[in-house]
Amino acid sequence: MNYQFDFAALLPYWKDFLAGALTTVQMTVVAVAIGLVIGVLCAVARRSAYAWLRLIVGIYIEVVRNTPFIVQIFFIFFGLSSIGITMPVFFAAVFAMVINVGAYTAEIVRAGMEAVHPSQIEAAEALGLSRFQIYRDIILMPAIERVYPALTSQFILMMLSTSITSQISAEELTGVANNIQSYTFRSFETYIVIALLYLAITYLLRAGFHLIALGIFPRRRRLGTPL
Amino acid sequence: MTGGFTTNHLVYLLNGLLWTVILSALAFLLGGVAGFFVMLARTSTMRWLRRVSLLYVQFIQGMPLLILMFVIYFGLGVIGIEVPPLVAASLGMMIYSSAYLGEIWRGCVESVPRTQFEAAECLALTRWQTLKDVILPQALRIATPPTVGFMVQLIKNTSLASVVGFVELTRAAQVINNSLFQPFLVFGIAAAFYFCVCYPLSVWSRSLERKLNVGRR
Repeated sequence: MNYQFDFAALLPYWKDFLAGALTTVQMTVVAVAIGLVIGVLCAVARRSAYAWLRLIVGIYIEVVRNTPFIVQIFFIFFGLSSIGITMPVFFAAVFAMVINVGAYTAEIVRAGMEAVHPSQIEAAEALGLSRFQIYRDIILMPAIERVYPALTSQFILMMLSTSITSQISAEELTGVANNIQSYTFRSFETYIVIALLYLAITYLLRAGFHLIALGIFPRRRRLGTPL
Repeated sequence: MTGGFTTNHLVYLLNGLLWTVILSALAFLLGGVAGFFVMLARTSTMRWLRRVSLLYVQFIQGMPLLILMFVIYFGLGVIGIEVPPLVAASLGMMIYSSAYLGEIWRGCVESVPRTQFEAAECLALTRWQTLKDVILPQALRIATPPTVGFMVQLIKNTSLASVVGFVELTRAAQVINNSLFQPFLVFGIAAAFYFCVCYPLSVWSRSLERKLNVGRR
């Protein structure tokens, strides 16, 4: 146990660490934004009148939720390249993330939609709101507000999962760390540093999601209490 | 490119599946024991213990499991302990699951009505008696669905043990794919194996949850 810690060896690479962290945040934001839309659409499709649509969406959600993310990435990245579709690693990684986020979001939002009381919808129908208005104002927004904590935890887990995309050599934080530790041979220190960076990103995202909640849920802003 | 997928490959994958199951079981048992202590610390009457355990949980939940694996694998090497990948992977999974299980179980303990704690206190039960005879039996019922749900996460996350060189299902699939280069087939089969293990657990967790919620509807 006479190991000499040498964090100074990593100092010249601070720009690389920062760039990696930025890529991680970028990938997360893009994947979450698209995944959220897909997830909400799938959650709505799960309540569709067409049995085949419910079935297809159900299979998509269950398959994604019951297989590891790393296998999904390998399947998509190596699979697509084996049939001649090559794309930049960044897109392949974000593509895999979108598919993953979409399924989890769909399941969480569905749970929120089930919690909306039927009498609310009947009341909205009685007031002559259109189908679209009912979905937007009576079902979706309250549902999302109710499951917002679960949703944001899932998004933060997704941010942490971006580290897995380093396995297809995406240049995000973990990928950058893998490179740096191979230059410096300071693997232990490198991974401690990026563990702390991930922690910092986690807190930043939490703060960001809190601010977003204040912006989009007026009830929370006015009364200071969630639904 | 070179040869097709044979039964030998399938046996190799099945062997990988076996190791995935073993690693999951180890992670769940060890992580469960550690998680129990995390839960005790999180609900402790001592403020410093609550703070320290909260810090532990936030720290572990705030970093990717992949990084945790790397830190443990390289960290153990650094302090001069050469461990087989199975030990490094189990240790990583144990720490990971202790933080999550501890937090899940804390929620369950705290969801037992406050009056139950107060009543136990009025009966002059000690802190340990309160937990063992009054709170835990009730919390157990609430804890079962999320715990089973977390087992699914755990099984899926054992796939990350492949990065420290532990040959479980994902690693086995990678090895085969490197020689055959039939990713859709190989990773498709691996995904199907994971699905066969995880899906029944997901369904079980959901049905447990439904049973638990019957009273509330």
